[in-house]
Amino acid sequence: MFDAIALLNLPSLVGAASVDFSWLIEKVSLATWETIYMVIISTALAYVMGLPLGVILVITEKGHILENIPLNSILGVIVNVFRSIPFIIFLILVIPLTKLIVGGFIGTVASMVPLTLAAVPFVARLVETSLKEIDWGLIEAALSMGANAWQIITKVLLPEASPSLILGVAITTINLVSYSAMAGIVGGGGLGTLAYYYGYQRYQTLILLITVVILVIMVQGVQVLGDTLAARAVNRRR
Amino acid sequence: MIQIEHLTKIFETPSHQVLALDDVTLSINKGEIFGIIGLSGAGKSTLIRCINMLEKPTQGSIYVDGQQITSLDKRDLRCARQKIGMIFQHFNLLSSRTVFDNILFPLEIAGVPSAQAKSRVNELLDLVGLTDKAGVYPGQLSGGQKQRVGIARALANNPKVLLSDEATSALDPQTTSSILKLLKDINRQLNLTILLITHDMNVIKQVCDRVAVIDNSRIVEIGDVLSVFTNPATPTSHSFINAVVKNDIPEDLTLAKIDPQRHPTRLIRVSFIGSSAGQPIISSMIRRYDIDVNILYGNIDRVKDTPFGNLVLELIGEASLLDEAMAYLRERGLEIEVLKNV
Repeated sequence: MFDAIALLNLPSLVGAASVDFSWLIEKVSLATWETIYMVIISTALAYVMGLPLGVILVITEKGHILENIPLNSILGVIVNVFRSIPFIIFLILVIPLTKLIVGGFIGTVASMVPLTLAAVPFVARLVETSLKEIDWGLIEAALSMGANAWQIITKVLLPEASPSLILGVAITTINLVSYSAMAGIVGGGGLGTLAYYYGYQRYQTLILLITVVILVIMVQGVQVLGDTLAARAVNRRR
Repeated sequence: MIQIEHLTKIFETPSHQVLALDDVTLSINKGEIFGIIGLSGAGKSTLIRCINMLEKPTQGSIYVDGQQITSLDKRDLRCARQKIGMIFQHFNLLSSRTVFDNILFPLEIAGVPSAQAKSRVNELLDLVGLTDKAGVYPGQLSGGQKQRVGIARALANNPKVLLSDEATSALDPQTTSSILKLLKDINRQLNLTILLITHDMNVIKQVCDRVAVIDNSRIVEIGDVLSVFTNPATPTSHSFINAVVKNDIPEDLTLAKIDPQRHPTRLIRVSFIGSSAGQPIISSMIRRYDIDVNILYGNIDRVKDTPFGNLVLELIGEASLLDEAMAYLRERGLEIEVLKNV
């Protein structure tokens, strides 16, 4: 108990008399906003690319509406390769690309590039799993009515899978919250940067703690929101 | 309306080939309800799915209303499919859409203008008796109601043909009857050709005009339902019919304790179809000839709207009288089979 308090490094926690609370609030709220902003935009961009990719992975499968086995295998391999690279290494690997796209590799905008790219294959697999849960009979019914591939995707696959897709968005967002903290360590901005530079390097444990609490609240919030929206989509049908 | 010519379907698996349909030729007339009956695995499901090309035939051709379905390109096939309605065993309704929007779905696919589509949906809701359920999701409906939605959806684009893939197999007997009645009404009202597959002879008996029996990937018998019921030509048909009609006499009856000392006795089976079922032929026979009649067994059933049945009678009396009595029954159009002659 006392050891635990000692571990918290009390002097720096209180920061002697030097803790300026208005400075702290400003720093923390800026960092929180940066994280939210990074995560939301990266999630959105990841879905812009990952959702179509996931749909393609499903419909080009053997026996599906646009069977294309070579394309399906190639995309499958690419997705797996990207998914097997640890994020911290991926961050460094995409630096040249980041520079090319945003002109630098430090800051919130720059870190959206690795965040988005890392999430795309993940999203694709989540979408694929959600869409595969749909009973083939529904697709067959739509085919029997003369539906084309686009109509089946937009009127059958995506609406029918919506509860599962919503949960996927929540999982992706939560993953990106934690990835964004990692990106923060290499200068990505947001709560990660705050925790690393002030909390870790300058021994301000209070900042470290606040960061953790905010991250926990964020993750909880996203999960609860996701669960609620998914449940609403399901309940509506009962 | 539907012509199937030399249809063969082989499923290729990595290890071997499975022959699902073997040279099937069938012709289904406009406005009739045609049933295909077979055990599971006999190929009936493959057959019905070939008609709208959900399953691609290996060989042979299919014509629906004169159009060769088997040779259409993708775009034309989609158009043709809009005119072939289909209903399914597990309904296959979209759980994310209300009843109204489920019925609207095929109209959206066909690109029918919104106002026109909506009034069509209301017509169909009325037709299947679900107007009050328009805003409800399929999850809240019973099996029978779901199938009514399925039927409304299948009829949305005014199809020429309705394909029914085991549409009543997941329903209880009462619900099955009400769905079959609805199909029969639709068939009459719209003069719609209906092709249905089933493993249940009751379904055939209640609604079909003609039936094909499929066994082991081949059509083994085709005929109008009444003649297949009364005179099944193959063992397969016979076993299907026995499942619903007790046409076979329980064995212990034919071994009945007939006393040969008493009188000449004959055990006969009398089969009757249609109008003769309604006449008091047996009692007039008894009055006319001085014989005794003991009714051992009897049943009466109905195929679509025609009654048919059979009786097992023990006739007791002078041999010459018995011959005359039997001749009398034959004159009245009854079919007679002597089971035992003592």
